[in-house]
Amino acid sequence: MNKVKEHPGDTVAAERKSPSIGVSVRAYAERVRGGDMGALPAVLGLIVLCTVFSIARPAFLTPINFANLFTQGAAITVIAMGLVFVLLVGEIDLSAGFASGVCAAVLAVTLTNLGLPWYVCVLAAILTGVVIGIVLGVLVAKVGIPSFVVTLAAFLAFQGLVLVLVREGTNISIRDDVIVAIATRNLPPWLGWVLFAACVAAYAGIQLFRARKRAARGLTADAMSLIVARVGALAVIGGLAVWVLNLERSRNPVLTSLTGVPIVVPIILVLLVFWTFVLHRTAYGRHIYAVGGNPEAARRAGIPVDRIKVSVFVICSSMAAVGGIMAASRAASVDPNTGGSSVLLYAVGAAVIGGTSLFGGKGRVLDAVMGGAVVAVIENGMGLMGYGASVKYLVTGSVLLLAAGVDAIARKRASAAGLR
Amino acid sequence: MTPLLEVRGIDKSFGPVQVLHDVSFSAYAGEVTALVGDNGAGKSTLVKCIGGTYPIDSGEMLFEGKPVQVNGPRDAAALGIEIVYQDLALCDNLDIVQNMFLGRERRRGIMLDEAAMEEQAQETLTGLSVRTVKSIRQQVSSLSGGQRQTVAIAKAVLWNSKVVILDEPTAALGVAQTAQVLELVRTLADKGLAVVLISHNMNDVFAVSDRIAALYLGRMAAQVRTADVTHAQVVELITSGRSGDLGITQ
Repeated sequence: MNKVKEHPGDTVAAERKSPSIGVSVRAYAERVRGGDMGALPAVLGLIVLCTVFSIARPAFLTPINFANLFTQGAAITVIAMGLVFVLLVGEIDLSAGFASGVCAAVLAVTLTNLGLPWYVCVLAAILTGVVIGIVLGVLVAKVGIPSFVVTLAAFLAFQGLVLVLVREGTNISIRDDVIVAIATRNLPPWLGWVLFAACVAAYAGIQLFRARKRAARGLTADAMSLIVARVGALAVIGGLAVWVLNLERSRNPVLTSLTGVPIVVPIILVLLVFWTFVLHRTAYGRHIYAVGGNPEAARRAGIPVDRIKVSVFVICSSMAAVGGIMAASRAASVDPNTGGSSVLLYAVGAAVIGGTSLFGGKGRVLDAVMGGAVVAVIENGMGLMGYGASVKYLVTGSVLLLAAGVDAIARKRASAAGLR
Repeated sequence: MTPLLEVRGIDKSFGPVQVLHDVSFSAYAGEVTALVGDNGAGKSTLVKCIGGTYPIDSGEMLFEGKPVQVNGPRDAAALGIEIVYQDLALCDNLDIVQNMFLGRERRRGIMLDEAAMEEQAQETLTGLSVRTVKSIRQQVSSLSGGQRQTVAIAKAVLWNSKVVILDEPTAALGVAQTAQVLELVRTLADKGLAVVLISHNMNDVFAVSDRIAALYLGRMAAQVRTADVTHAQVVELITSGRSGDLGITQ
């Protein structure tokens, strides 16, 4: 691993040693001190919240509640993934919540009222998301209305649209097995383990392959110890999660057995891997970061800034559609409140808590998952503690504000440390 | 010796205001040509005309002795003309390699070819004898002003450009960093590029340039060899358009 070509007199080459764990940890500590905290607040928040809730309500730490966390947080996490893209270019989409509601309503109408097959309905819902994204994106990027205003207007308009679609407040129930299964059924335990093994093997393979290739070309490659640590961490955390999810969690195992990884988990994993690939391994993803970092530089580099902006709104709204489908599946129905109330705040909160900046240019898709976990834990724990809507709203608002505050302070510190 | 880049008799007006009057200007391969002039003399306008940002009203442009049409920045880039603007056009949230290849990323299929880009960026920086950056995977936000200017210049050179135009590259830099950048400017010319250096600073101009072109109120007052003139003469050319038998004759 340590085959490094030496260029005499070249200081960059002198730095090209494989960073070991110690070096990487130190570099990370330096970044955190400089204000670039990444997912650290989310991880710390998760640990603190889980500890507090487990002590206050032992029911929090049961396998059935652990599985609930995933199905509760899935829709918000997926919407947050889409929001990360919009936030990366320095815009905001306040309509993502109700966009998911509109798409869920399209799904329900086509599925239940028109009786179309489920895949046609899913396609229709996602296409609705794409159209919404194009409209919002064009209004923001081409017409030049601030995204805050465009999406605030859409926030109101979409509430009306949901009402129109569900005929002024009736509740459309969803009975299609496939759609309902998305958020309510589980994988068979063996499939959970197979999936887990495949994920760990693929991750290890990619890491090793990349390190080998870079080392062969004489570039800085991650040290073996670091790769082993990363893969090991993934294996331990993932293995523990799959093990717990495969425990029997039915109250009455004789009647119905309830085991396995919820189906939403592999869906979120696939979305996470796909969008991470797009953001970090394609030129398109690089251009999204560039537009968020310095739109003028991006324009001069020949990047079509307007088209990139429209495209991120399309991604956001279509991911909102996927989130809407998950929400509809979980409730087995769509009503005027689907995607409403606190969904948007939770989703923005999830992205920001995970470490995505509201100022653009900084963020990852993984942030949405980390932040989504925090939001799910808060919602779930508060429910177990028996708090009413009033306290929930107060806490939601405070958490979003806290996350935005951390983001703003981190940005200030970063500029003081010369990191931004 | 044929100039690598030559413009002849350029006129440029913005509405009723004529900014350039019959301007001729040449830049030679392997030489640094300083373009000097007071504020509003038309330096930036001339550069933007050469770079294709502004269309010219009349006049002609020759590249390697042949007449060429430049109808936009892409035409200029295709000829091998790169302009490094004063506000550096770098993305703070990207690293050095990512910035150098911004908009022109190397790909393998749909994936970015990071290793190839890193290698080429490294080669370019080494070729320019840049020793001040710690790692080329550093974010640009963590670089000093001089280092940023270095990255911006290296970005311009990466594309086998033949003419590099630098708009006030040392304006915001300290003494040591200015020296660094000037050294880099000299290196570019020594590698055979035609370098055009816009500057207000006479010390910089005399430190690195081979020729000086002085603009005065939109007219080319004189284009002379640096060795043939004194500091005071150039200042006179800038402020009054003439100095002794040099300059605009009325």
